[in-house]
Amino acid sequence: MSPPTLQVRNLKTHFFTRAGVVRAVDDVSFTVESGKVLGLVGESGSGKSVTGFSILGLVDPPGRVTGGSILFKGQDLATLSEAAMRRLRGNRIAMIFQDPMMTLNPVLRIDTQMIETVLAHAKVSREEARQRARDALGQVGIPSPEERLHAYPHQFSGGMRQRVAIAIALLHKPDLIVADEPTTALDVTIQGQILAEAQKLCAESGTALIWITHDLSVVAGLADDIAVMYAGKVVEQGPVVDVLDAPLHPYTVGLIGSVPSRNHRGEPLRQIPGMTPSLLNLPAGCAFRARCPRAEARCAEPPPFAEYRPGRFARCIHPYQEAVAA
Amino acid sequence: MSETLAPPPPALQEAPPIIELRGVSRRFATSLDFAAKLARRLGLPVREEVVHAVDGVDLSIRKGEVVGLVGESGCGKSTLGRMVAGILPPSAGSVLWWGRDLHGLSGAEARQAKLRTQMIFQDPYASLNPRLKVAEIVGEAPQYHGLVRRGGLDAYVDEQLRRAGLDPTLKRRYPHQFSGGQRQRIGIARALAVQPDFLICDEAVAALDVSIQAQILNLFMKLRRELDLTYLFISHDLGVVEHLSDRVVIMYLGRVVEEAPAEEVFQRPNHPYTRALLAEVPRIEARKRAFSGVKGEIPSPLNPPPGCHFHPRCPHAFERCRIERPALREVAPGHRSACHLNDAA
Repeated sequence: MSPPTLQVRNLKTHFFTRAGVVRAVDDVSFTVESGKVLGLVGESGSGKSVTGFSILGLVDPPGRVTGGSILFKGQDLATLSEAAMRRLRGNRIAMIFQDPMMTLNPVLRIDTQMIETVLAHAKVSREEARQRARDALGQVGIPSPEERLHAYPHQFSGGMRQRVAIAIALLHKPDLIVADEPTTALDVTIQGQILAEAQKLCAESGTALIWITHDLSVVAGLADDIAVMYAGKVVEQGPVVDVLDAPLHPYTVGLIGSVPSRNHRGEPLRQIPGMTPSLLNLPAGCAFRARCPRAEARCAEPPPFAEYRPGRFARCIHPYQEAVAA
Repeated sequence: MSETLAPPPPALQEAPPIIELRGVSRRFATSLDFAAKLARRLGLPVREEVVHAVDGVDLSIRKGEVVGLVGESGCGKSTLGRMVAGILPPSAGSVLWWGRDLHGLSGAEARQAKLRTQMIFQDPYASLNPRLKVAEIVGEAPQYHGLVRRGGLDAYVDEQLRRAGLDPTLKRRYPHQFSGGQRQRIGIARALAVQPDFLICDEAVAALDVSIQAQILNLFMKLRRELDLTYLFISHDLGVVEHLSDRVVIMYLGRVVEEAPAEEVFQRPNHPYTRALLAEVPRIEARKRAFSGVKGEIPSPLNPPPGCHFHPRCPHAFERCRIERPALREVAPGHRSACHLNDAA
């Protein structure tokens, strides 16, 4: 049996700032199989984006991957040389960012950028590279791709730019795509189009997808599995249906309860009190305990990441075992 | 114009409208640069580009009501909000405040109107002066307008902060020392400090995390009960609007396409655009669904399609939609929609 597309084990990415060590990603583990979608959910500062950057080897100083392994088809990316990583990045592993202008160079035409990407990893003629670029644009639903190749990024709308960024990510038919909040800046009807493309892609080409988002509603319809992050740690993990219907961790319960459509109109929303803690001086033990309705003295000890039901993990000593009407 | 307005829900029928918009439009023109002016001198067909941000909108908001205004980017919802707030004059049509033209009011009355209508902005990082302490941000306006004496200012500011869910001992701090959710509370305390009866919230929770967003929405609802406030709640998030609003107004490219009581819109949407929008909203209840997506892009407001603005993306469009602008007509009590299909049926 071949290894899964991506297996992250005990990943630690820390930032060594003058004010102290920020444990942005602290002991994160998950697995993504080919053709599957993992929804990586969390609020700002939970470490979800840094997890994505770590996989691509894009963490800048003062940040550093300080521990754990990132096994891509059995090969550890954390120990790979920069040259070897360059051969994988954009080729076998691709990333889609929230802001497509981070991907696109504003002063180069789309065709220049796309052909360059093709030639960076494939020994083909320019004409063939152009052909591939055109096909990729067509694949993500850009009308008249031949003419649009001549356009500059500013001539596209936000949704179209994100499609171009996705087309670039698809050029080499990667085995793994890390998408960091790719639809957050887009309108609802355009988001629907992009989600449809992502779904089709995974089903057709067997690409594994990590979809990083703060929006539980998006992953509810898209993902196979969910990992919920809080203050640098995965606090809950499992198949999407189980996590959303029977959440274990009080944070997940609170997060689901905060979604307006889960509440009755006009009644107060179930809110999580307090705010996300600063990662700079996290207290020992469970990082959520100051906001948790179930907190007790034992929560000052670091809770283990335990399997409460088959395939259902949570980092909590007193999870909601009974079904919660969240 | 006012005769065509739908009757409000029975409970609110007695209340007079706080704000009434009659055929309000707002156009923005890009001024020509030197080269374009020169080209025009030489007889070339160069014209100023005009954006119809808001195009002939009628809307009335009654006292005590929460009206949700929904639309995608570029539909003119923020421009409409600014005109209601009196920050931006309309290019055509009139804005009536308690039945009187907002832009024809005398100095003292105009000041009253502006004080009693306050705005809460989207970006809690950009809407607070970084060089002022919280106590100054909240206390400046009520002091200037004589709502509080100098001696009572401290206690007054404390009360405003407490009401917005902030610890008054933090009032000597600067905005950068607060998180996004707390800053939004400062913005709310500032707006309430001048004792308004009408709040316009322009994407007030869009920049916040889900758990913080729930806190702020609960605060808005609590304040509504305590202070008898009226809201115009502008948002692209249908879930938020559904939760909060009594009545929902849907805009597309500068025009109102549908308007109805909240439950009605979500249970019996009439306009094809509303239906598409509702179908596309990701719902947490949905599991592994197939996304489809409305066809096509949102057209540029510089060059909107003729007839019904939605016809190039509408699955039901027919010949008339390409030529004639559909009027906003009542399809059920209190439910208005602008679609030619309603005439055919």
